This record gives sequence, C-alpha cells and structure tokens, in this order.
Amino acid sequence: MVGLVLVSHSREIAHGLADLVRQMAGEIPLVAVGGTADGRLGTDATAVMAAIEQIWTPEGVLLLMDLGSSVMSAETALELLPGDRAAQVLLCGAPFVEGAIAAGVEASLGKSLAEVRAAADTAGTIAKL
Amino acid sequence: MLDSQSLATLLGDIAAAVRSQRDYLSELDNAIGDGDHGHNLAKGFDAVAEKVLVNPDPDLGKLLQQVGMTLISTVGGAAGPLYGTAFLRMATQLAGKQEMALADLPQLLDAAIGGIKQRGKAERGEKTMLDSLIPAQEALAQAVADGKEPDAALELAAQAAEAGVAYTRSIRATKGRASYLGERSVGHQDPGATSTALILRTIQRHIAGSIAGR
Repeated sequence: MVGLVLVSHSREIAHGLADLVRQMAGEIPLVAVGGTADGRLGTDATAVMAAIEQIWTPEGVLLLMDLGSSVMSAETALELLPGDRAAQVLLCGAPFVEGAIAAGVEASLGKSLAEVRAAADTAGTIAKL
Repeated sequence: MLDSQSLATLLGDIAAAVRSQRDYLSELDNAIGDGDHGHNLAKGFDAVAEKVLVNPDPDLGKLLQQVGMTLISTVGGAAGPLYGTAFLRMATQLAGKQEMALADLPQLLDAAIGGIKQRGKAERGEKTMLDSLIPAQEALAQAVADGKEPDAALELAAQAAEAGVAYTRSIRATKGRASYLGERSVGHQDPGATSTALILRTIQRHIAGSIAGR
C-alpha cells in the first residue's frame, strides 16, 4: 500500500489532518511531520526524510505539503534519501486538506502511487461552493 | 589559506553576526514575510556553533556538509533548505580538502548559487538572496582574476552584495511569502538578500582582521 507523509509548518495542522485522513481511510501507512524539533512553526527536511524512511514501502510514498518552505523541505528530503528511493517518492501539489483525504482513501484501496496522486490532484479541482 | 580550524572560526563569526542582527532581519521579514527570518537563521547558526564548530572536522567538505545538514534541520523556515542546500553544494566542491584559498571562493559561491536557484526555483531579479549573492560572486571572480589581494577582493564582493540589497528595494517579490503582497513588496528590502550580504561582509571583516592580526 502507498504511504503518505503530511508536511506542515504546524505540528497541530499536520497531526490534525492525519486524524481526518485516518477517519476516512482507516489505518494506512501515514506520518505527520510539522514544526521544528524545538517546537517552533517551521519545517525540517531531515524529519521529512525520516518520515519517508519510517513508512517506506516498495509501492512508494506520496508527500503532501501545506505551503512555502514545506515544499522546499520536501524537495530537500528527496535529495537526502539514500540510494534510489527518491524515484519511488512523489510530491503532490494538491490543496493540503482535500488532497490528503483523497490520497488517503485512494491508498487504502490499494491503488498505485500515480493513481493516488491523481486522485489528490482531482480533489483539488472540485469547487467548494 | 584557510584550514578547518580557521574556517570554523570564520563560521563562528558568521553565527555571531547573525545573532547580533537577529531582530533587524526579522523586522525586515515582518514587513513582507512571516517575520521569522532573523530568529530562524540565528537558531540554525547557534546550532552550527554548538554542534559543528566545537570540534571541527579537518575535512573542509565534511565540515561544510555538517553545517548544511544542521541548518536544514534547525532553521525551520525557507532559509533552512536554501542556505542548507548552498552549504551542501559548497561542501561537494571541497570534499577531501583540508585547505582552501581565496581563489577557490568564486567557484564555491557559484556552486551555492546553483543550489539556491534549484531549491528556490528562482533567478536574479526576484527579490531574493540571489540578488546579493550573484553580484558578490561576480565581483569576487573579477577581483580574483585581476589579481587583487584577499581583503580588497572581499571588500568588492561585500560592496556588490550591499548594492544588491539596495536594489531589492526597487523590485517586487515573485517568490516566497512576499509574493502574496505583489506591488506592496516594492520599497522594502529583502531579508534573505540582507542576511547574505551580512554573511559576505562578515567574511570580509574576518579576512581583513586576520591579515591585520598577522
């Protein structure tokens, strides 16, 4: 099953979103990463890399980011990953909440990494109003 | 020539300079960003001082790699991956070397510029640290090619960086949190360009001081 890593500047946002995703998708490989080690708002590329390693599966891992430096930290994490693992990790540009929930549900159905990302991207295009 | 010990002293000076300008850098960021640039960068360089500089690796490549990884994991904001990647790229240039000369610096800064461009998907003229780093690198490369002494060459580089900072006041931001402000970002100087100029000025002062102290 494809794994998900949720990257936010805020620990609460990352973990809160993980709760929402699990409510919809059940138990899937999922790690929330948010804030700095000393409790500030921010992102830490080494923590993102560790999260990818933690839920590593050969099916791959999808990263969803909130904004700004979380994208740069996610890209840096790919560079830090050992060996050829980065080839099995995709970044997703979908809106954080909608994208994560759609990706979680799709992953729980056993879909491929590309399908999981496509579902997240589609979720981002659905009008709220 | 700089060995690991003198490079560590220089990096310690940079950490002290960032710490002393912490509030100023955050204030600049407050006007057009999220207001944390100085505090984030000070956290990162304080961690570098504590973890990396106390017992510096004699291999300059490893030393700069440790600096880069520490910044990446402790800064928190965009400056973490940006400066972190810059140091990782410079580390690659110095892998296995125990000494470096001023003549190596233009090439190191060029590698840093490549890393920042890739990480930030930015080019010159977008109100970022590249607007002070690129002119400084060009001025330094020219000065080294002209056979200038280290302190004179670094003075030209620091001046070019500071002119680059002034230039960022005249342009609008298209990258980072400041880009949400559009036209309203004009008139404010870029905090990232400012911290880069501060680092280059600190390098100039360090080299001028160490020459005077001989």
